[in-house]
Amino acid sequence: MDKSLKIKMYRDMVRIRLFEDKVNELVRKGELYGFYHLCTGQEAVAVGVCSALNKDDYITSTHRGHGHVIAKGLELKRMVAELMGKVEGYNKAKGGSMHLASPEYGILGANGIVGAGIPIATGAALSSKLLKNNRVAVSFFGDGASNQGTFHEAINLASAFNLPCIYVCENNLYGVGTKQSKVRKIENIADRAAAYGIPGVVVDGNDVEAVYSCAKEAVERARRGEGPTLIECKTYRWGAHHNAENDTYRPPEEVEAWKKKCPIKRFAQVLLNEGILDTKGLNDIEAEAKRELEEAVEYARKCSSPSLESALEDVYSN
Amino acid sequence: MSRITYAKAVANALAEEMRRDKNVILMGLDIGPYGGAFGATKGLYEEFGGERVLDMPISEAGYVGAAVGAAATGMRPVVELQFSDWVTIATDQICNQAANMHYMFGGIVKVPMVVRLPEGAYLQAAAQHSHMWESWFAFVPGLKVVIPSTPRDLKGLLKSSIRDDNPVLFFEHKKLYDEIGEVPDDPDFLIPIGKADIKRTGKDITIVTYSYMVKKALEAAEILEKEGIDVEVVDLRTIKPMDIDTIIASVKKTGKVLCFQETWLTCSVMSEVAAVIAEHAAEYLDTPIRRLGAKEAPIPFSPELENYVLPQVEDVVKTVKEMLK
Repeated sequence: MDKSLKIKMYRDMVRIRLFEDKVNELVRKGELYGFYHLCTGQEAVAVGVCSALNKDDYITSTHRGHGHVIAKGLELKRMVAELMGKVEGYNKAKGGSMHLASPEYGILGANGIVGAGIPIATGAALSSKLLKNNRVAVSFFGDGASNQGTFHEAINLASAFNLPCIYVCENNLYGVGTKQSKVRKIENIADRAAAYGIPGVVVDGNDVEAVYSCAKEAVERARRGEGPTLIECKTYRWGAHHNAENDTYRPPEEVEAWKKKCPIKRFAQVLLNEGILDTKGLNDIEAEAKRELEEAVEYARKCSSPSLESALEDVYSN
Repeated sequence: MSRITYAKAVANALAEEMRRDKNVILMGLDIGPYGGAFGATKGLYEEFGGERVLDMPISEAGYVGAAVGAAATGMRPVVELQFSDWVTIATDQICNQAANMHYMFGGIVKVPMVVRLPEGAYLQAAAQHSHMWESWFAFVPGLKVVIPSTPRDLKGLLKSSIRDDNPVLFFEHKKLYDEIGEVPDDPDFLIPIGKADIKRTGKDITIVTYSYMVKKALEAAEILEKEGIDVEVVDLRTIKPMDIDTIIASVKKTGKVLCFQETWLTCSVMSEVAAVIAEHAAEYLDTPIRRLGAKEAPIPFSPELENYVLPQVEDVVKTVKEMLK
């Protein structure tokens, strides 16, 4: 893996971390509306996977999608604008956090329905196969979603048709307030891959290089026409299910233990050990990301509110 | 012009659109070599092959969802739900995904997808193979709902639906598959979505209806003609967007309207038609609007029970006479 890629991956994880922290801050200040499902702690999954993708490869994301879309290439400015309900936002203020989308970056939407993006990504992979355009599709979903019927149906379809779709499960142990081990017998979701005759891999979701290697191999398989892969990333969210939730269902010791496995701190140490960046280099990256984010917030604050009439536009495509 | 069945009109429309645009693909159960449960896709696998006529595993949420994803990325899928009753399994992908995507993504993604749904009763197929769900989908902004009653209307409307850039639910009636009608051969013969059709002009009373009930309304009109009653039959053809102008013009002309459908009345298509008439044409009504449909029960199996629950030609005749008393 080349040096500049490692630096980019580190930078993107930092950008995501700062973005999510900023969302919390803006909500507290009353500048943002609605509910935010923050991915703090899970940055390495989004960055590791998206680093293995081209701009025109497809992804579907989840309600916890800010990390995925930042890693895929969305500009922070227009993301903040969307979250602030401004017309310059990616969705013209019609979607908000849970529906960020951009065909230019292959993003077929963050999705508020658990498991719904899995067949949609599968359909994008079907398109790629029929159009022979060499693109792959990645479906991001959580451990809770792996129990949804659509998980089974989509992967069965992709395996039967040998579609270039990579299924990435972010296993953070909880579905809202339910510890998933109480509602799912098997420990490793990747074991389900055997049921479809496809490879299933478990990876440390907080090790961005491991996620990247795993994703790269799956992407190359898919592009060679060898079909889908199921990747299970073991990770953990630092925050509650959403920003307004009182997280009393996770033991504080468990949360603390996972914070010690912070993907950003771990990779910073790797970069230092390998002499790729020194402490100043790491700090510069953080400072630059902070600047980018401040500019994005300032930009968004100056953006325009949508006209009321626009609420009735784009119901249909002409 | 050809005289072909409603089922053949489906196959011809699909073939023409698939020849015209190589991104049109078909997805569904048994639609390939089997030719579809009602023979509607017969011959298409042989002409277009397995890459464009895709037999799916039994997983409606999965393959309708895949159709959504394919439509959002350059394909124009036409998905067949083998029986309309089972669309419920895929309702999230249709209503929360397809219907919303163009809007909630700010107009940057479109979902040019058609879902074909064989529906309806009078076949002793019982409660899970006989129901009609169009009123649910007509409710949803972002969807279009089309329901042809003749082979000609079907061909023109199916082609228009495939060329439309929005998700279209295209309901076909199972009892109509063997109906023969005159159909233009012109591969650019289109009928616009959103236009009703006067299937019979008359001056005494309007019957607004759609799908298989058009046939029953026309039979009732023949009977009533012998008694000196002149019935106008308006075939909606499209439920959403509904052609309100044609309905209102007919009501203005006759002053009396029977809103007639096959299925249950509560929150139904004809409830909507009645409301629209009451809002726009109340001053033209000589008598209150009436609705006629199925009795409130799931469709039962036995022919006697099924025919009792469902409206018959005699019910139309009786209701019209009551309205004209």
